[in-house]
Amino acid sequence: MRYIRPLSIEDAVGQLARSAGTAAILAGGSDLLVRMKGGFVEPDLIVDIKSIAGLSEIRETADGFSIGAAVPCAVLGENAGLKKAWPGVVEAAKLIGSKQVQGRCTITGNLCNASPAADSVPALVAAGARAVIAGPSGKRTIAVEAVPTGPGKTSLAKGEIIEAILLDKRSPRSGDAYLRFIPRTEMDIAVVSAGVNLTIDEHGVVTAARVALGAAAPTVLLVEEAAEALVGRKLDEAALERLAKVCAGACRPIDDKRGTIEFRRKVAGVLARRAATTAYARAGGK
Amino acid sequence: MNFDPRFSGRKFASVGTRPIRPDGVDKVTGRARYGADFNMAGQLVGRVLRSPHAHAKIRKIDISKAEKLAGVKAVITAKDLPDLTDGDAAMYDILDNCMARTKALYDGHAVAAVAAIDARTARQALKLIEVDYEILPHVTDVDEAMQHHAPLINDTIFTEGLEEKPVKPSNVTKRSQFGHGDVHQGFGHADFIVERSFKTEQTHQGYIEPHACVASVSSDGTADLWVCTQGHFVYRQHCAQLLGMEASKLRVTSSEIGGGFGGKTHVWAEPVALALSRKAGRPVKLVMTRDEVFRASGPTSATSIDVKIGARKDGTITAAEATLRYSAGPYAGSWAEIGAMTAFACYKLDNVKTVGYEVLVNRPKTAAYRAPSAPMAAFAVESAVDELAKELGMDPVDFRIKNAAQEGTRSSYGPVYGPIGIGPTLEAVKNHPHMKAPLKKNQGRGMACGFWFNFGGQTCTDLNIGMDGSVSLAVGTVDVGGSRASLSLVAAEELGIAYEHVKAIVADTSSLGYNDMTDGSRGTFSSSMATISAARNAIRILRERAAQMWDISVDDVVWEQGHAVAKGEKHGNLGRLSLKEIAAESGKTGGPIAGHSELVADGAGVSFATHICDIEVDPETGSTRVIRYTVVQDAGKAVHPTYVEGQYQGGAAQGIGWALNEEYIYGKDGRLQNAGFLDYRIPVCSDLPMIDTQILEIPNPNHPYGVRGVGETSIVPPLAAIANAVSNAAGVRMTHIPMSPPRILAAIEAERGG
Repeated sequence: MRYIRPLSIEDAVGQLARSAGTAAILAGGSDLLVRMKGGFVEPDLIVDIKSIAGLSEIRETADGFSIGAAVPCAVLGENAGLKKAWPGVVEAAKLIGSKQVQGRCTITGNLCNASPAADSVPALVAAGARAVIAGPSGKRTIAVEAVPTGPGKTSLAKGEIIEAILLDKRSPRSGDAYLRFIPRTEMDIAVVSAGVNLTIDEHGVVTAARVALGAAAPTVLLVEEAAEALVGRKLDEAALERLAKVCAGACRPIDDKRGTIEFRRKVAGVLARRAATTAYARAGGK
Repeated sequence: MNFDPRFSGRKFASVGTRPIRPDGVDKVTGRARYGADFNMAGQLVGRVLRSPHAHAKIRKIDISKAEKLAGVKAVITAKDLPDLTDGDAAMYDILDNCMARTKALYDGHAVAAVAAIDARTARQALKLIEVDYEILPHVTDVDEAMQHHAPLINDTIFTEGLEEKPVKPSNVTKRSQFGHGDVHQGFGHADFIVERSFKTEQTHQGYIEPHACVASVSSDGTADLWVCTQGHFVYRQHCAQLLGMEASKLRVTSSEIGGGFGGKTHVWAEPVALALSRKAGRPVKLVMTRDEVFRASGPTSATSIDVKIGARKDGTITAAEATLRYSAGPYAGSWAEIGAMTAFACYKLDNVKTVGYEVLVNRPKTAAYRAPSAPMAAFAVESAVDELAKELGMDPVDFRIKNAAQEGTRSSYGPVYGPIGIGPTLEAVKNHPHMKAPLKKNQGRGMACGFWFNFGGQTCTDLNIGMDGSVSLAVGTVDVGGSRASLSLVAAEELGIAYEHVKAIVADTSSLGYNDMTDGSRGTFSSSMATISAARNAIRILRERAAQMWDISVDDVVWEQGHAVAKGEKHGNLGRLSLKEIAAESGKTGGPIAGHSELVADGAGVSFATHICDIEVDPETGSTRVIRYTVVQDAGKAVHPTYVEGQYQGGAAQGIGWALNEEYIYGKDGRLQNAGFLDYRIPVCSDLPMIDTQILEIPNPNHPYGVRGVGETSIVPPLAAIANAVSNAAGVRMTHIPMSPPRILAAIEAERGG
């Protein structure tokens, strides 16, 4: 096994592209090291990206925020501007693992681990976040929901590294929220989860919405009909009921050790409704 | 040696105080040595190959490729652990569980092991071992295993305890029955009858420290074993017997223990480590991974229990009956028998009958878990008792008080009770402020009682007085919950010196006589009795030495508050001699001063507890939150109240996990789905409220200080107390443990739908 700590993204990309056996990217290591210790993976090459210039920074730009791939989730919670603009994304990142884990883990790692139950991903999808990818043939930017393609699988090609996650500048009267269901209070993984992001007009009518569900299908679901259930109306009981129903219907969950199909459907609706209510209040809706 | 164990009602100076524990600083600074912290020069890494199949015949194991791998020093299979059990069926089961012989009986059953120069080589070697399995049909559910068409796990098993020997083998190894009176007649006198069936899933003790040991077998056939265990003397006997050694040639040293709760009362990896070391000629360290701990070390039984209880309008129970089916893993056990004994032990009953069935399944060998078998029986019985109280329109506490066992009651399992604490714990609960705390929307309150026998057993202790007057106490019961502090208090009490001058250690098996293990809540009960006996023997010698120093008769010397005092008119002018003064002169008066004791600690007083808890249920998700929790339990005498409270809280915490989320989940393929702490959900700190405790002290007449065991009873009531609280909060009776959110939500939906 070879461990390298490149100082530039070009070097990292080059090393990855040239590697012969299995390679893994190390940021916080909260997934990789656990899997290595459990004997599930034995990479030939480990590329530690924490020393690459800029990857450990959150930058506020004219267009919004750029969150470097090596920024630990705990740091998201310490960024006042980000917290104010995207409270749902930050609360999702701050639910991963435990306080200690949050000091290491990253939202990019959470995305690339490609678990349908990843906490930050539904919030990022609802937020319309994009991933900046560096690779052997240059840079490209794609929607975060296009990164995971199935449990443990991503669309990243050999040599590609996600450099940063981009979040848009906030329009006025917008809010987002994320909720997950776990049997415990912390140190757990979502049985099912929901992220809601919406914008309202001055009358409290929803003008734009994105609703994403986690642990409800092989990848995080962006539920367009759920957004349609909200847009063009105030967040009244009828809209919430319709939202819950649509979300329950959109799920394609499985029966497993963490929950049943029936339970996931029902609770997906409940969480979407509750998250929408919080997002609406954050947008200033009454 | 003329030791009088009877309760004396003395006033205490040290016992009942709360000094810090002698092992505390090392534990919080990381200096304490647990099982995996022992190392030897030249030691190898041991690893075990385990069956991926729930039930399979082992046709052939080819270890030749693994043996050829560079760095591999030994590979063993069952052939390297020949059967030396000489017809001892229980020992044969232990041997077969340590290393499968002809069949793999569960997912995780050991089939081979390697010792190599490092972990990577050992892992590679495991991949090179070729096992030819013939996969057999399996069964993991306790009720399914009892069906006639169920796959047979062992075709030599014919149910014991039936009137006639059955003609066909089955998975039911034994039927047992307890009770008295006539339940048919009793139910005839009942105005109300509650009859229900319950299920509980299998749980693991969940100790944080995995099994770990270092084994070193010398070429002269003697051996050392450093191991995390609850009973190093028992480990020595089992390992010596399985490896064909004389017990005295194997010295076992117990490490600090990061939890055991019954799971470290059996050997698993230790005989394997010794066999590897014997073959490799080098020390071998074997540490289980968490996955192995779950798949291959001792879970408790899964159960299926039917209960029927009848009562008259005035609240008198007229009859009680239960049928209890407990899974034992693939080997015979007596788990249902214990459940059948404890089920109705809290109550005074004229007509009671319990029947237990021990059931084989393709799961790991069931091991003891804190008051083994009692929590599940209590869950079923106390749920039905609660429901019956509701039907009668009686307060659940009053209903239990009316029917509680008392001194002189013939227990449901046979013996007649002496002074007991069930009534007092119920009265304390009735008057506890918790019962008046306001409940909010979606919150419910539940309470339940629990019983445990407590054990005594063989105990040996040495007490040595140094020339500076300080005292070394060597005990043979592993300290799992602060017993070194408690036993130091007892030695200080009896000798009349300060706690700070006593240092207790757990001695290895070559330094002390045999001790039973720390189980059955016996550690402090039995070792304190032995410590008192040893201290009294030392006091006799101290008196003799003082008599010598004064040149008077020993009959004229008494021991008072740490001093020899000459009594009687003629010696009135002699000053007292302190223990320290006598010790300082010991070299001139006959040599070292010590007290020794060996005894069987009889008369462990039975123990009762009553718990109250408040639970909030989210009716839309089935999620639960424990709002308040109170434990009331009889300790006999709390030697170190902080550690008694710790035992009360610990049992409640484990019970909360068991009641709400912990369970072994098997796939259709018979493989364990959740062999890790992510998906086997023990509670984390934020899941628990501060658990309130109240210690009652109803002296055990069979112990000089009145001590009863306290470690186990606290896990008996929680399943039932929480089930009663959830049922009250959700408005539907919960009958399946754990009450995980999907089960609660499904029950609520079914109730709404119906």
